[in-house]
This record gives sequence, structure tokens and C-alpha cells, in this order.
Amino acid sequence: MDLATQLPQLLGIAWLLPLASFVLILFFGPKMGPHGRNAAWVATAAIVTSLVLSLVAFVSWLGAHPVTAVHHGGDHGAAHASDHAAAGHSDAGDHGEASGHGGAAASHNDQGVHAPVAYSGDWYTLYEGGRLKLSIGWYVDSLTILMFVLVTFIATCIHVYASGYMHDELHDVTDHEVTLADGHHLHRAGRFPRFFQALSLFCFSMMGILIAGNLAMVFIFWELVGICSWFLIGFYYERKSASTAANKAFIVNRVGDFGMLIGLMALWGALGTLHFADAKVVGADGQTATVPGLFSLVRPAESGHALRVPDGMVKFAAADKVARTPVAEVAGKIEAWRAEGLGDWLLFIAGVGIFCGCVGKSAQFPLSVWLPDAMEGPTPVSALVHSATMVAAGVYLVGRFFPVLSPDVLLVIAYTGAITLFIAATIALVANDIKRVLAYSTVSQLGYMMLALGVGGWVAGLFHLVTHAFFKSLLFLCSGSVIHACHTNDMRKMGGLAKVMPYTAGTMLVGCLAIIGAGIPFVIGLSGYYSKDSILAQALSFSQANPQHAILFYAVAGGAFLTAFYMFRLWFMTFAGKARDHHVHEHAHESPQVMVMPLLVLAVLAVVAGWTLPGGFGIANLLEQSRPAGTVETTTGGFAFGQTLTIPAEYLSHGEPFHATATWTAFATALGGVLLAAAMYVWRVISPAAVAMIFRPVYTLLANRWYFDELYHALFVVPAHGLAATASGIDQGLIDPFLNGLAWVTRLVAGVDSWIDRTLVDGLVNATAAATWSAGTRLKVLQTGSLRQYVAFIAIGTVALFVIASLFFRASLAG
Amino acid sequence: MLPGLSFAVPLFGLLTEPVSVAHYLVVGAILFVSGIVCMAIKRNALGVLMGIELVLNGANVNFVAFASPYLQGAGSRSLGLDGQVIAVFVILLAAAEAAVALAITLNFYNNHATVDVDRADDLKG
Repeated sequence: MDLATQLPQLLGIAWLLPLASFVLILFFGPKMGPHGRNAAWVATAAIVTSLVLSLVAFVSWLGAHPVTAVHHGGDHGAAHASDHAAAGHSDAGDHGEASGHGGAAASHNDQGVHAPVAYSGDWYTLYEGGRLKLSIGWYVDSLTILMFVLVTFIATCIHVYASGYMHDELHDVTDHEVTLADGHHLHRAGRFPRFFQALSLFCFSMMGILIAGNLAMVFIFWELVGICSWFLIGFYYERKSASTAANKAFIVNRVGDFGMLIGLMALWGALGTLHFADAKVVGADGQTATVPGLFSLVRPAESGHALRVPDGMVKFAAADKVARTPVAEVAGKIEAWRAEGLGDWLLFIAGVGIFCGCVGKSAQFPLSVWLPDAMEGPTPVSALVHSATMVAAGVYLVGRFFPVLSPDVLLVIAYTGAITLFIAATIALVANDIKRVLAYSTVSQLGYMMLALGVGGWVAGLFHLVTHAFFKSLLFLCSGSVIHACHTNDMRKMGGLAKVMPYTAGTMLVGCLAIIGAGIPFVIGLSGYYSKDSILAQALSFSQANPQHAILFYAVAGGAFLTAFYMFRLWFMTFAGKARDHHVHEHAHESPQVMVMPLLVLAVLAVVAGWTLPGGFGIANLLEQSRPAGTVETTTGGFAFGQTLTIPAEYLSHGEPFHATATWTAFATALGGVLLAAAMYVWRVISPAAVAMIFRPVYTLLANRWYFDELYHALFVVPAHGLAATASGIDQGLIDPFLNGLAWVTRLVAGVDSWIDRTLVDGLVNATAAATWSAGTRLKVLQTGSLRQYVAFIAIGTVALFVIASLFFRASLAG
Repeated sequence: MLPGLSFAVPLFGLLTEPVSVAHYLVVGAILFVSGIVCMAIKRNALGVLMGIELVLNGANVNFVAFASPYLQGAGSRSLGLDGQVIAVFVILLAAAEAAVALAITLNFYNNHATVDVDRADDLKG
């Protein structure tokens, strides 16, 4: 079986298994053992199988496309030609007909133009009509497979961890954070199966995004991820804070999704397709035609994959000119129109629109407010959904969609990332809730990834996404372990836990070191060391190519310092020193083995994930296989901001001037941050309280999270309430009185009518009835029932009639 | 009309006259009144039925009497049997009526174990 048929089968099954688990638990969850205990096994079995299938796919991939070191520079053309002879050429090109085909892999190797290896196709067409084709399909490249392995692996760890963490839900639960109206705490049944059910659905949705072969499918699973997140954040939905946080996350995400819809419409309206890759279609005449996907429309192979505005967008933007041009001449004029810049804005809007969705999902500025609140969910959820997967979806989509993004969009992305990483890092400095520190750290690191992608560091950004997923889920699980032991989130009540919880403390230290990018410069380091250095190097490279945007590099460097400070502030406050709250300390204990094991596994991966083995095997080089076509070399472009932007080639940042500077900067800032944290929280040379006093306005600003919530409250919630109050006022002051008046008049008329009815009509009818009644009552006496009397009456009556007749009508009778 | 009719003693004059239509009418009237009285005073349902027969036959006598050829005009073109024919109809009707009435009586007896018409006041208002 060749790769083109094998991969979609393996990954498709891996994708659908969690759905099966979800359905099973949905219908039979409560019957699975006592209190649904076995639901955890069902969900875990499904995700483990998915992991195994993903790993098989990974191994098959490696067999067909060995990961080797990538060389760039003067001889890169030759290097690529040889790479591709070994890589996807034969598989993708020769055998791909049955199930889609291998992207643009097969062509243009001889020209030395880089093109990624990818397989794509459709499983099922939902709807096909006119230009619209909605289908369930796949687009598989090394990024997809890597993300599959990553998501299923972390999800597996978290399923195992959660089956220990959630054991409270196996019995009836008394929720001490919910007080009922009668003053008692809420007492409810456990919801163990429900948790795993939502977790399974979430894994399914997330993998749906990863494997999606077109943007419509991405959007479907994008929304599914959103709703799963809503389920999971609101797991303790009786708590006001949890239900509010769930709603907030959902609504804020909807704001971003609105932008995404605009992007989708811009793409579909102008280009008529949402598929990433080209597709081979057998027409009615039996001829096989190639329908270009988004990637080849924006970066056509014949022009060396250079970005240009697609014909469809040019025609769309020049609609009035097209209308005035004879049909036969339109094709010839497109180049001229494109040169005029028609369609530039459409491509920009499409890119920014799609990015808006990513802003919502990846909690970027200005939609970052939902992520810290999302920590109301159970900690395994925080670790899975809000560090490693859901928020990664935004970065993933930017990476997947990268070929379509113009330099202007990239600049927007870079600045959004820079602002996000700076703001989130500063807030994390003063947060006291252990999970919130991690949440803001996540937002900050996502900003790093976005910035890296924005400055052209495609591999750097996605590399950091992978390494970050490992160490951030590790950190979250460690924090969960701490919370599990201390029953509090407040770091001010912790301290000195390293002695009681050695495993947790050790693994968390590994996580902290990984996130700050610790390592011996130029020798070896933890995973973060490699990914963060490549981001710094690329940012530096970009800053030098575009001096007016040098601030991006300073943001990254400053962010690295802040990261080091707040991560070690967290670790020192939690594990080092003496216990601050003895009540908490006495009850603290190491977590059960089922929770510690995932920590150890993740800790090992947090260390090694960034390594590149001799021979070139490593995540960075694996990702390099999927690098979008046309992004190998330095490119220039840009119109929206009135300046030409240079997106430097990524391999340049591996070169000496950038690499060395970046490494030393990273090392120095990280060391500085750790030392400052140690000085404040271990050696106590500097008093944190004194610092807070000196910088009181800044501290207040940060402690209040830059007043973002208040700002949004003032900007959106208050006007919305005002509008609602106005509407309600109009309703109650205008419409209601009018309606009430109308009702009053109607009631009056009805009253008169009723009086007429009762008095006259009813009176008449009643009088008739009464008369009839009384007559009947009187005549009744005559009906004696006695036959003989009747006979007498008849006789007497006849005689009487005769007498009367003879008395009064004598004359006529006589006549 | 009736020669010799004296208002001082009603119908007295008939005793002295030859038998005419008026005599028949008197017999019919007597029969009729007897029947009415019989119906009015008899409590036995069979008695009441007999009263009905008397009334009907009183009427029959009248029909036949009025059919007398003496009462017909000179130019009458009828057969002169109208009264007799109606009398035969009445007899038929009386037979049918008697059958129905006896059936009612028998049913009444079944339900009430009596044929006393004073007990038959179920339909009293």
C-alpha cells in the first residue's frame, strides 16, 4: 500500500476513534461500571489507539521521506534537487491519482524550486453545486502528522492523568464553591463519564482541524472545538464563575470567527474554492482536469511559487472593468489589472479575516481575555485545551494557511503577536493564581509563535508550537498536581513544597527551564532553547531587513526576560523557601502514581523534543519538509502600509551573525530573569512588596490585567446594557402604554357590548324562557296522567267548543 | 227542520212521530254519550276500550243515518252509500285500534300487574 492511500486511512481512523468513544459514552456512559468509572477506559483506549495509528503513520512517513539536514545558501538548488529525489517525488506523483494527489510535490524539482510534500483528497462530498464544493477531505503533510502525534500523545497523557484527577466525580460531590439559597453547599451527582465524553469529542474536533483538506471543514471543526471548550470550561457549571467563563470564551471566540467568516467569503467569492491543494477531477468527457487549490492559485507553480494576487481576485476587484471588456479580451488584461494593484486588498482582507479566527482561538490581543478565565475548568482541561491543543489551533491554521498570507498580513500578525506577548507577560509578573500565571504565560508564548510566523519564521513558529505544547502541558499538569495537594490556587499560600512533592517539583523545574529556553549556548539545551532561539534569530533577521520594525526584536527579547522572571517566580513561590501557610503545607502530599507518570513522560519530552540528532533527524527538519512553496527564499512585497516589507529567508537566520546574537540574547535575558526572580523570592535581596510600592501605578495596572476586562466592560458591555436599557425604556415607556391604552379601549368597548348582551339580548331570551317555563309549570297541572280525566276533558272541551260555537256563530251556522 | 220539535220538552215530539233520521241520530247520540261516560268512569282498561267501541258505533249510526236517501237532494248523482262505506272504514279502524289498544293493555299489565287506568300515570307532567 502506498503512502497516498495509507496515510488518509490511518489518520482517518485515528481521527474518528474519539468520535466513537464520544458516542459510546454519550449513550452508555452512566452504565459503564459504578458511577461510569469505565468511561475513562473507553476514552483512553480510543485516544491511545489514535496515538498508535498516528505513530504508525509517522513511521510510514519517515520511511518514505527520511528527515535529513537541510542545507541552504549558495548550493541550495542542488541540495533541494537531491532532497526531493529522495523525498516525495515518486510516491506523490505516481500513485496519487486514486486518492487525490501529492500537492505540488511532483513538479519543478528540476528547476530547484522548493515545493512541499503533501497528500490530499476528499473522503466524502457533502454538497456540490455551482462553484461550491463542500467536502470532508484530508491534506496530509509532515506538519499534519507531527501535530497528530503531538495532540494524541498529549491527550493520552491527559486522559491518564484525568482518570486520577477527576476521581472525586465518581461519587456524589459537595461543591464548596456553590452556596445555595438555603445556605447549604451544592450537593450533586458525580459527572465522571460526562467529562471524558467531552474530552473525546474535543480530541475528535481538534484532529478534524488538523486533517482538514479545505477551509470549510476547518471552520466546522473550529466551531466544534469552540463548543467543546465551552462544555469543558463550564464543567462546574453550577459555579457562577465557571459558567460566566465558559460563555465569555465562547462569545469572544465568536467575535474572531466572524472575521474568519469574512475571510472565507472573500476567498470563496473571488476564487470559488476553499480547498488547500489541487484536485484532479475527471470531467464528463473522461478527461482528467486539475482544479487548482488555494495554494497554487496564490502561488502558482509556473511563476516559481511567488506570491501573486490570483486571477479570480483581480477579476473580482475589477468587476466594473470586466463588465466593459469583451469576454475574449479579459484574460489578456488580467496582468495589467494586477499590476494596477486590483485585488491586493481582497487578498489582504482574506488573510486578515482568517487570521481573525486565529486571534480568537489562540487568544491573541485583543481577544486574549477569555483564556485566563478559562482556567475555571478542571486542570486537565486547562492542560489539554488551553495550552497544547485548542489554542494551538490558531497558530496551526496560520501555519497551514501561510502560503496565502501576503507580507502585509504577516506584518499584522507579527505586531499582534508582539503586543500579545508583551501584555500577557507583564500581567503574568504579578498574578498570584498559579494557573493564571500559566494561562498568561500561554498567551505570551502564543504571541511568540504568531510573531515568529509573522516575521517569516514558518518553521520557528511551528517548532515552538510543538515544544511549547510539551512543556506547557507539563507545567499545567504539575500545577494541577499542586492544586490537588494544596486545594488552593493561590501561590501566596504555598512555599516549600519541594520536600513534600519531589516529583512534581522536579518535573515542574524541567518545564520552567524548558519554557525559558535554558541551555548551554551552542552546546545543548532543553526543547525551548532551540525553538526560542530560532524565533529570536528570525526576529533579528527581520528587524535588520526592515529597520523600521526593529521593535519586534526588542519585544521578543524583552518577552524572554519577563518569561524567565515570572516562571521562576512561580517555581520559587510554590516549591522553594519555607511554608507560608502551615495548614496547607500539612495536608500537602505527592500525587498518586497515575498522575505522576504523565508528568515524568512529558518532562522527558520537554527536554528532548527540540533536539536534532546527528544525521538531521529532528522536529525542525521534519517541519522543513512541509515548508510552504515559495517561502524558502527572501521575498519582498507589501502595499497596505505604504512600505515595502522584506520577509527574510529563514535559513539566513541560522547563519552566524543572527544565530550567535540571538543565542546570547536569549541566554542573557533568561539568566537575568531567573536571577532577578531568585533575588526577589529566594535570597530576598529585593523585596517584592517594595518594588510593588515603588512602581505602584504600573503594579496596579498589571494586577488589574491592563484593565482589559474593565475596558471591554466599558466599551462593549456597558453600551450593550445601555442599548438594552434604552430599548427596554422604549418598550416600557412607549410601546407598553400604547398597547395598554389599546387594551383599555378594547376593554371599555367590550364592557358596553357585554352590558348590551347581558341586559338586552340575554334579558329577552331569558324572559322568553321564563314565560315558557311558567306557562309550562302551570299547564303541567293539566297533565294529570289519568286517562279518564282526559276523556272527560275531551268530552267537556268538545261540548264547550260546540256551545261556544253555537252561541257566537249562530248566524253563520244558521246560514 | 224537525217538525213538532218543542222547546218545552226536548225531543218529546219524536215519540209520536214515525221513525225518521232524527230517531237514528238520537240513538247515535245516546250511544256516543254512553261511550264517553263509559270511558270517563271505567277504571278497567277493558271497560275503557268498550267505551271507545260505543263511541265509534254511535258515530257509525250517525254516518249511516245521514246517508239516508231522504236527505239527498233530487239531483244527487251519488250512489247514496257514502255513510255506509265510511261506517265500514270505521269498523275496520276500530278493529285495528282495538288490536293496538289490547297490545298496550297487555304490556301495561305486564309492567304493572293491573289494568287500572288510574295507575297509568307514568307520563304525568
